[in-house]
Amino acid sequence: MSKLFHLGRGVIIMIVAVLTMGSASTAVRYNELGHKMMCVCGCNQILIECNHLGCPDSDRMLGELRVGLAGGSGDDAILTAFQDKYGPTVLAAPMLTKFNIVAWIVPPAVLLLGIAATVILVRRWRSRAAAIPASPRAAEFPTMRERIRRETQL
Amino acid sequence: MPTFGSFALLLALALSGYTLLAGAVALYQIATGARARVAPERLAETARRAGIGSFIATTAAAFALVWAAFNNDFSVAYILHHTNRALPGPYKFAALWSGQEGSLLLWAWLLSAYGFVLRIRHKVDVKLTAYASTILAGVQIFFLLLLNFAAMPFSLVSGPVPQDGFGLNPLLQYPEMVIHPPMLYLGYVGFAVPFAFALGALMMRYPGEKWIHITRRWTMVTWLFLTCGIFLGAHWAYSVLGWGGYWGWDPVENASLMPWLTGTAFLHSVMMQEKRGMMKSWNVWLIFSTFMLAIFGTLLTRSGLVSSVHAFAQSPIGTWFWIFLIVVMSVCLFTFIVQRDHLKAENKLESLVSRESSFLFNNLVLLAACFTVLWGTLFPVLSEYVQGNKVTVSAPFYNRVAVPIGLFLLFLTGIGPLLAWRSSSFKSIRKNFVLPSMAGLVAAIVVIACGVHPWEIFTTNEQGSFYAFFAFSLGAMVVTAISAEFLRGAGVISRHTGQNLFASIVQLCRRNTRRYGGYIVHFGVVVIFIGIAGSAFNQSKEEELGFKQSLNIGPYRVECQSYSQDSNANYDTEYALLDVYRGNRKVTQLAPEKRFYTASQQPSTIVANHSTLAWDLYVIYAGKNPDTGQPIIKVFLNPLIAWIWIGVGIIVFGTGVALFPNMTAALAAARNRIPAATQTAAAVPARGGD
Repeated sequence: MSKLFHLGRGVIIMIVAVLTMGSASTAVRYNELGHKMMCVCGCNQILIECNHLGCPDSDRMLGELRVGLAGGSGDDAILTAFQDKYGPTVLAAPMLTKFNIVAWIVPPAVLLLGIAATVILVRRWRSRAAAIPASPRAAEFPTMRERIRRETQL
Repeated sequence: MPTFGSFALLLALALSGYTLLAGAVALYQIATGARARVAPERLAETARRAGIGSFIATTAAAFALVWAAFNNDFSVAYILHHTNRALPGPYKFAALWSGQEGSLLLWAWLLSAYGFVLRIRHKVDVKLTAYASTILAGVQIFFLLLLNFAAMPFSLVSGPVPQDGFGLNPLLQYPEMVIHPPMLYLGYVGFAVPFAFALGALMMRYPGEKWIHITRRWTMVTWLFLTCGIFLGAHWAYSVLGWGGYWGWDPVENASLMPWLTGTAFLHSVMMQEKRGMMKSWNVWLIFSTFMLAIFGTLLTRSGLVSSVHAFAQSPIGTWFWIFLIVVMSVCLFTFIVQRDHLKAENKLESLVSRESSFLFNNLVLLAACFTVLWGTLFPVLSEYVQGNKVTVSAPFYNRVAVPIGLFLLFLTGIGPLLAWRSSSFKSIRKNFVLPSMAGLVAAIVVIACGVHPWEIFTTNEQGSFYAFFAFSLGAMVVTAISAEFLRGAGVISRHTGQNLFASIVQLCRRNTRRYGGYIVHFGVVVIFIGIAGSAFNQSKEEELGFKQSLNIGPYRVECQSYSQDSNANYDTEYALLDVYRGNRKVTQLAPEKRFYTASQQPSTIVANHSTLAWDLYVIYAGKNPDTGQPIIKVFLNPLIAWIWIGVGIIVFGTGVALFPNMTAALAAARNRIPAATQTAAAVPARGGD
């Protein structure tokens, strides 16, 4: 049991290490975080892409981002600090917190449910179709298909 | 002229009202056999003519507004707010759709134009067209009510008339803006026609699938207009907004994407109804949804429901649109419930591995993509309702959620055509899939060898390489699958006729334009995906450049030759002249500008772009350093962008091919100088087989 525990702990440490491996350089983090926030001047643009001449906010916000990075804060801490200062709309996408997690879960869940429903539906249709006796001409189909295959193959 | 325009709009409303009422009464009498003083056929004919009359009246109103713009009639508030004397002619024309009221007038005019064509071609099927015409009149009445009572384009200014107007928004003063909105509206409005036919066919319990044949070209042309409109918008954003991208997942962009996705799903699933009599209810709801999403998109654009960079008009007309949507939904639902037994499928799916199921999954994925876009667009509203505060749902959300769905769709694009109708045997799957799978695998290896490392998503959280890897690999797979389909068919024709491969491919396309046109469209989609995948490798630099100073990006060196300023009646401009070198060879000279429009007192960026098949060198004049007076130049190196626009061209070509009528078997045989009843006609059927 203890062995299993140690093995499990080792695997978790490895996964965390892989996921956080190569914690990006400051420049990369600046670029990434700049893409995770919006400019608050009302232009509806990603912070680092805001290109308004004399924009009253983007330069100041990017400056604050540089300060945060230089101060050694983690990504989440920086994002939370911005959120506290400018409100939740400063984040370009909802964080994985409380109700916001619904934003991320619902679309893939809908797709997966749709796929599952389709598979079930097709299986049900197929089982109904199997109950219907085959047409007397059905025996000719394989020959015909084989002929078509022969005549249309590369 | 404002009086004339207002009167024309009122007349159009009256005529549309008559078309709806008389048409409905006539169709009711025909359906129930009720006796009447006027024969219902004659009444229906008067309704048709009134519909044509409403087109003429709406045209007169649109003409009046354009005339007022060209004649600087600033007594009209709309002209005062959207034009000025110095505005160039084409933009005065474009002023028709640059504001709320004018764009609604354009919508109403396009709808009446579609209705005009439909009513002129009524002999295709008199009764079904009468139904469709009556439904279209109902839609037309909504827009004319808006124009007459809520968003009046001919409102007059109060007090003295100003000498000059406030000018057109500088962002709209770009050649593409003269084409992009009409294209988009042609797409939005055009879906009203298949919607009207579908609803009419359901109301009258139209026998068979002929209504689909009648509306097929309408739907495809409409879809093409919407596609062109969307990509013209993307190109405009790329060329004008100056942030280096072409798609920002803005709510208004999303609004145009949603009907496109459901319309694309409809174009695919309707083939199952034509060939196998399946998915009838599904198709009817797809086209209903497409039309309603087009209306919903307009609602999003104009109501201020969500904040958008496009929100050029936030007004109370949102309530009108909500009411209209509820009415449309109610009519559709009621008709469906009453007539649903008419939509019983004639066949069922027989296998999960068949062309039918690939269409089904394709529909599912397209609808999931549409739902994701809708969900992301409306989540801020939902969040405000539930949490009490709005959140932003922008590019990072869509990149993580919508892009994987898009890649899955790309995968289905490749495998769908390889599956047979009804059921595919394991042997045929293995045979058809070997080559495309190998191509995908080879592409994956090459892409990794070229430095695209998908595993970087786990180490740097960078999704670009991951998506690019799958886009390139799946792209290679799909292109190989499509090419194999062409070569297989053309090979048979070539063997039987002795024609060369190119001539055989041309003949193959002409024998089944819809099928092979569709494949060409799929090829275009792949090319667009490749172009989009290039954005994973974008580079940018921003530097202050004095005389003869330069910056390096990728293989280019950008050297400042001069910087200056100029002005004309419409705007003042600051610009830099930049020589672009590759190695020691001068490639081109670029002149990015920053304009300041006098009338509107607004700045605008004029991007300079040197585009090649490999990448775009995209240069922006970001402003002047106030201390040194030197220009600040921002340079982007955007790989593969040109392929996006090439892909759109391929889609246009493919849709054109699909719209072309099939060459008959007899004509094909005559061309080949062999009797019509030879093996060739038997081997490659001239019709069917999508």
